[in-house]
Amino acid sequence: MEQAPRDPERQLQPAPLEPLGHPDAGLQAAVSEEAEGARDEGSGEGTMTENNFWLKKIEINVSEAEKRTGRNAMNMQETYTAYLIETRSVEHTDGQSVLTDSLWRRYSEFELLRNYLLVYYPHIVVPPLPEKRAEFVWHKLSADNMDPDFVERRRIGLENFLLRVASHPILCRDKIFYLFLTQEGNWKETVNETGFQLKADSRLKALNATFRVKNPDKRFTELKHYSDELQSVISHLLRVRARVADRLYGVYKVHGNYGRVFSEWSAIEKEMGDGLQSAGHHMDVYASSIDDILEDEEHYADQLKEYLFYAEALRAVCRKHELMQYDLEMAAQDLASKKQQCEELATGTVRTFSLKGMTTKLFGQETPEQREARIKVLEEQISEGEQQLKSKNLEGREFVKNAWADIERFKEQKNRDLKEALISYAVMQISMCKKGIQVWTNAKECFSKM
Amino acid sequence: MEGERLASQARSSGLPAGGATGESPGVDAPLLGSSGSSALLQAEVLDLDEDEDDLEVFSKDASLMDMNSFSPMMPTSPLSMINQVKFEDEPDLKDLFITVDEPESHVTTIETFITYRIITKTSRGEFDSSEFEVRRRYQDFLWLKGKLEEAHPTLIIPPLPEKFIVKGMVERFNDDFIETRRKALQKFLNRIADHPTLTFNEDFKVFLTAQAWELSSHKKQGPGLLSRMGQTVRAVALSMRGVKSRPEEFMEMNNFIEIFSQKINLIDKISQRIYKEEREYSDEMKEYGPIHVLWSASEEDLVDSLRGVARCLDQCCKATEKRMSGLSEALLPAVHEYVLYSEMVMGVMKRRDQIQAELDSKVEALTYKKADTDLLIEEIGKLEDKVECANNALKADWERWKHNMQNDIKSAFTDMAEENIHYYEQCLATWESFLASQTDLHMEETSEDKPESH
Repeated sequence: MEQAPRDPERQLQPAPLEPLGHPDAGLQAAVSEEAEGARDEGSGEGTMTENNFWLKKIEINVSEAEKRTGRNAMNMQETYTAYLIETRSVEHTDGQSVLTDSLWRRYSEFELLRNYLLVYYPHIVVPPLPEKRAEFVWHKLSADNMDPDFVERRRIGLENFLLRVASHPILCRDKIFYLFLTQEGNWKETVNETGFQLKADSRLKALNATFRVKNPDKRFTELKHYSDELQSVISHLLRVRARVADRLYGVYKVHGNYGRVFSEWSAIEKEMGDGLQSAGHHMDVYASSIDDILEDEEHYADQLKEYLFYAEALRAVCRKHELMQYDLEMAAQDLASKKQQCEELATGTVRTFSLKGMTTKLFGQETPEQREARIKVLEEQISEGEQQLKSKNLEGREFVKNAWADIERFKEQKNRDLKEALISYAVMQISMCKKGIQVWTNAKECFSKM
Repeated sequence: MEGERLASQARSSGLPAGGATGESPGVDAPLLGSSGSSALLQAEVLDLDEDEDDLEVFSKDASLMDMNSFSPMMPTSPLSMINQVKFEDEPDLKDLFITVDEPESHVTTIETFITYRIITKTSRGEFDSSEFEVRRRYQDFLWLKGKLEEAHPTLIIPPLPEKFIVKGMVERFNDDFIETRRKALQKFLNRIADHPTLTFNEDFKVFLTAQAWELSSHKKQGPGLLSRMGQTVRAVALSMRGVKSRPEEFMEMNNFIEIFSQKINLIDKISQRIYKEEREYSDEMKEYGPIHVLWSASEEDLVDSLRGVARCLDQCCKATEKRMSGLSEALLPAVHEYVLYSEMVMGVMKRRDQIQAELDSKVEALTYKKADTDLLIEEIGKLEDKVECANNALKADWERWKHNMQNDIKSAFTDMAEENIHYYEQCLATWESFLASQTDLHMEETSEDKPESH
């Protein structure tokens, strides 16, 4: 793990991880005591143990969401949601937490932070933000960004994002991140002053590189395939899940109609009346139970979505590698061609076709002095080129090493999280089944008493 | 909980209270079959056009109809038949067992139709044999129903399944339709067999036992077409009058059946809708499990979890299919039968009203001395008897019908509840076993992880 020189002002402790994206810790509790223990240990990837020096830990919460109106860059009125970020430091000894910072941020500022991190840490799999617009909706969910359920799930997603960054051994040390949590005003200017936008690789260049890299590191090629597959399969899964949710909703809700009709029917029945009436009540209970069930499932879907977006982050790292590799190959090619030119000039043989060579043949050779001058220039360029190639090579190897370390960390995290998510899904299903058994047992009793 | 689209649609389009076919635009409503004499008339007209000779009738040789012979195909003990056929009254007294099976398609130049095999087993003396096997087509059932209504106008005759289902029928005779009809026809015959009066009806006996040509000639013996037509026209005129002078208890009956009919129709629609939603849920679920298997192909460390989830989802999908089939076995046919039954009852009420009206019109004629007084008095006497008989028959049958209805409804819904309980229990078991496997593995893994930290 990297040990950057520690600047106390910039230090942050990795936050204790809360069950990610899952608001109802109670559901998890019975199952994952062990898991949480493992996660706490593994989360900081050893940073926890490293930072046992430090007396304070921090907690980050995105605790509130608020609708705001303001004027945007074009001086037009707009409505947006602002999120309250509260940071607490936790006294090691007594576990009491003290509010140290609290400020409001909107989604676009989170985006800015992330874009900055992407540029400055290209070898890191940068945690993704929750989706900008609601996708994979089924009929009940609103696709409106202002919808309270969407806002709530986004709040959780944003908190999750901050926790991920804060618990990353490298990212957590970043000053801009620190300021994001602590400096409300002027933060945007500070980020822009870093000039990170200029440092960003152009997309066109990145696309070019993909097609023309001759010798990429095989692991990155495999990783890219993996991330494509991951994205494809999770998208598919989320789509089908949404359809299943829609159908399940239909099944439950139609049963609610029984309630009304039974109630009306019971009015004319002497012996059956009571049984019908109370059975009808249970049908209503059954029908309304689906709302909570599907609400919980949305959180599960969000957990999967996070990894859908993580696939993009993985791809970004692969692209960076390809770009660097491409750069390297271009530089090496350039150097080789210059060396060859130099040799040809020196020996007077023309092995490769060149326009200069042709014109020389046609219009007569240059003077020895001219040739010498050219050779000298080339030799300087070659020397420079060799230096550059050397440093590019070094850079490239460093990148691969660091990137792969983070990718390994990511893989572990992903396996843990997805396993947790699948387990939590099972827990949800179990809860749904138990509710179903109870309701129908009650209904059966009513029916048998009719 | 806000109203769902289904019920609010039904309410706003206003379900008819009376006997007419319950169709509203945009709502699934099967075209209700014969109810009341006018529809019956239609069926009779059809009958007369047809040639009865192409009815295939298999009738066992009398020599084989031996008390001691055992047919390997059919269960011979009455006790085993009790399990097959749900009946209403005391099981011990049952002496007539009927099954309807083996639908067969017959193609002629004029038409295509289906016949069903009807097997009757009985210990009754008035039957020539203890076992009968005949083939009948839907028209024959219609004929039987008509005869029963004619003979017992104020008894509640069991309903027949509809002639067609208009919506969603691609082919006139698809398998589901035939199976549903077969079950309903079997129910129809057994209901008659269990009815204290109808079971001894002569036409019923002929229906169960006669060979094709015998049945044809027997059919032609009944009152002619014209006389029935005449009856219908008068009936309409009289029915209005009959309603006004209806005694209290029949008013109550009428109110009940009107509301009951509304409610049972709604329940029928709701139940059909539930079946449809469950089918669509099941279809989506079929795709859900396999995606997890697909995913497991690219994840080394998650193979167990993903495949485990896939297995659970597949099991749940199967459980849903089972639940659906349970629904279509028990609840749906039972509720639908009562939709049709309520039509029958309303028809019976009308007929009672008509009989009453006949009497009332004669009484009125007497008051105004419209015709020969002595003759009128004699006619009135006869009609008074007729009315009294009709009322008593209806009263008794009403009680019986209501009692059966309560039992049948109770049983159907209890079944549905059980199916659902079973469904959830199955799903619960599969998810719990998955969870157990995961947490065991998890605990193993975490105890392996602990000594290493990166």
